[in-house]
Amino acid sequence: MTEGRRKVVIVPCSGIGKPFGTVAREAAYDLVEDLRPDATILVALSKLVLGDEEARAIVASHPVVTIDGCKLNCAAKMVKESGGTPSREVAVLEVFRQHKDLKPEGIAQLNPAGSRLARVLAEGLLPAIDALAAAAKEDDHA
Amino acid sequence: MPDLPRKKAGIIACSGEEIACGTVTRLAALKVLHQLRADDTVTLCLPLFLAGGEGERTFARFYPTITVDGCELKCAARATERYSAKPAASLVVTELAAERGISGIDGRRRLNEAGQRAVEATAEVLAALVDEALGRTGPAREGQP
Repeated sequence: MTEGRRKVVIVPCSGIGKPFGTVAREAAYDLVEDLRPDATILVALSKLVLGDEEARAIVASHPVVTIDGCKLNCAAKMVKESGGTPSREVAVLEVFRQHKDLKPEGIAQLNPAGSRLARVLAEGLLPAIDALAAAAKEDDHA
Repeated sequence: MPDLPRKKAGIIACSGEEIACGTVTRLAALKVLHQLRADDTVTLCLPLFLAGGEGERTFARFYPTITVDGCELKCAARATERYSAKPAASLVVTELAAERGISGIDGRRRLNEAGQRAVEATAEVLAALVDEALGRTGPAREGQP
């Protein structure tokens, strides 16, 4: 992190076997590329699995939001194992339960409903991300 | 003869969300799983080695695994070896792309044309590695990609 201000770290599930994992990843891209590109940064879960020092340092020193695709909660667990504390832990399944009309299908390529579910999830996180970014900014100035 | 389960190879993609080559690993693994070697492969989630996936660790101890990484960090290969067993074969997209003259891979969310070519090349090599790992390189495989 060389930008001079602490961004909110987004860690999505790396799930490859189910559409819910793809929704987690799409929601993360929605946040870091479309909705809050200046306030968020993505960290790959595989780096945390390996124990990459730089990735561990980032999650340990920045506000973190995890997005998991199944009940095993790999992203949240790996952030904790890496010395971080997720400020928010989101499960795609929980969001889907509130939006059952948006059933995700497709792993390599989500169907429109899945893409919409990812966007709904990402938009639901915006208040929390804005608050975390503001708090991090205050901390940096303190 | 008992009805033994068919031996399969496990493909473990780094799936690195930060870079386009991570997306290449994921899409190539899925292509092999769903199209090229559907009867011979399963995919394993890399994080599950650490996050409670005893099934993943056990599979990788007893069945051949093939890792596919997006970059030289080789998270999938190294983590698989560290937490389970040495992969039967490993592949790195950046190295393969260089060998094949594929440059300019971009678009971690939506791969560009170079990225799509890298997916095809990676899947093709992965399928061959699956055959090799399972000892299925004989005439039965002729005509398959």
